[in-house]
Amino acid sequence: MGILDRHKILERNATLLLIFSFLVVTIGGLVQIVPLFYLENTIEEVEGVRPYSPLELAGRDIYIREGCYVCHSQMIRPMRDEVERYGHYSLAAESMYDHPFQWGSKRTGPDLARVGGRYSDDWHLVHLRDPQAVVPESVMPKYGFLEQTLIEGEHIKELLATHKLVGVPYTDEMIDLAQRDFRDQADPDSDFDGLLERYPGAQVRNFDGAAGVSEADALIAYLQMLGTLVDFSTFIADASR
Amino acid sequence: MSKQTEQDNDVGTTGHEWDGIEELNNPLPRWWLWCFYLTIIWGIGYTIAYPAWPMINKATAGVLGYSTRAEVAEEIAAVATANGPINARLEAAELTDVRADADLMQYATSAGGAVYRTWCTQCHGSGAAGAVGFPNLLDDDWLWGGDIENIYLTIAHGIRNEEDLDSRYSEMPAYGEIFEDGEIASVVQYVKSLSGTPDDATLVPAGQELFLDNCAACHGENGMGDQDLGAPNLTDAIWLYGGDTDTLTETITYSRYGVMPPWQSRLSEAEIRAVSLYVHSRGGGQ
Repeated sequence: MGILDRHKILERNATLLLIFSFLVVTIGGLVQIVPLFYLENTIEEVEGVRPYSPLELAGRDIYIREGCYVCHSQMIRPMRDEVERYGHYSLAAESMYDHPFQWGSKRTGPDLARVGGRYSDDWHLVHLRDPQAVVPESVMPKYGFLEQTLIEGEHIKELLATHKLVGVPYTDEMIDLAQRDFRDQADPDSDFDGLLERYPGAQVRNFDGAAGVSEADALIAYLQMLGTLVDFSTFIADASR
Repeated sequence: MSKQTEQDNDVGTTGHEWDGIEELNNPLPRWWLWCFYLTIIWGIGYTIAYPAWPMINKATAGVLGYSTRAEVAEEIAAVATANGPINARLEAAELTDVRADADLMQYATSAGGAVYRTWCTQCHGSGAAGAVGFPNLLDDDWLWGGDIENIYLTIAHGIRNEEDLDSRYSEMPAYGEIFEDGEIASVVQYVKSLSGTPDDATLVPAGQELFLDNCAACHGENGMGDQDLGAPNLTDAIWLYGGDTDTLTETITYSRYGVMPPWQSRLSEAEIRAVSLYVHSRGGGQ
């Protein structure tokens, strides 16, 4: 009985066919996915990348909630035109703490992977309130309600803990002080030395210029740090990637 | 169809039979089979030529040594080499002399226009006419000076940002904390009178007195401003945030701290020079 004849057994037995199909798909999937977790080519440690601060993480949640990713990507591809327009191409490490990542697949608006520091906080505020006030040709909707919605960060601890659960290296100290760090980052008069120690390079400002922490504060804090963690004046690209 | 039937008889059946219906064993078309074999051969060749197979530590590199990063670096380097000589000329030239060199000026304004459209339009507008809070670059009203050297410094270091220690910096106090009730209203009327439109002329003299004591140090006794301090001219009826009573009251009460990022850290020297010349050539350059 040749192997082709034996194949008949699978073809005539629906359950067996299902089991063997599943087996084949599993092997195919493993071969494609597993190496990504250990190959040197796919893992690049880059200095400066750190987990998001509590305020930035809250801003990131607002970014996801409002569906910003539907129109904005966060992935500068390694092509000259993109590098000239947006800055250094994105590194995998820069989104290593993103759960889920925000690379996106469509650009109605521009890529935001390196929007941090590109505009002033005021610009972001005006632009969220009424995008057409600064960019008349824009089709972006208005997000003025963000600055009117104050948030306390009462669940920020749990948010950090959840991210820790999926592999983001938040320490117990970071989780314990999450709500304090959340408030301090939007208040330049606070005692934020500890915050900067825990999250190097975090920007402490009153992003929306108004009292209290608003959703606009959180979102602008997130936008203003995007793509700013890696110092590309000292970064040397490994050509093998 | 008759030909088909004859052929059917030649090829026999696969041996499968369902309720008397048999399956003929016609071979696949030859051209199709050859395409299929070719794609397999091409596929194997591709995995040899390009990075493909996962090994113990890293994937096979491929005999062509292809790398996306190397490719983009090459492309960028090729453009840098092509523009090298003229960029070097732009960097070596005195900014004030470029206008006299038609060739170089042509390059600078084209390159500067590209830089402007990529990095500057979002605040200053695609036509450079600005927006509320973001200055118009077409007119001859300048906060920090409209000659080419000053435009260059503003672009390179930005305004009131934390990243660049040389950024331009001025800080008007928030007079809401200094003036008493009613005083702001007088000053607003005086400031409006400088460009000829007070709502309530009776407040103007009191406003003038307060202005001379508090505001004249930067804005000048006649309200003409001082570009060394970034203090705007208040007499020209050109307003960055608005010249109506409500907006002026807000401006004087809370002050304004517009921020511009430093471009030194994002753009090359030649690009900054080019975009400075572009802005300077828009009409308002001095």
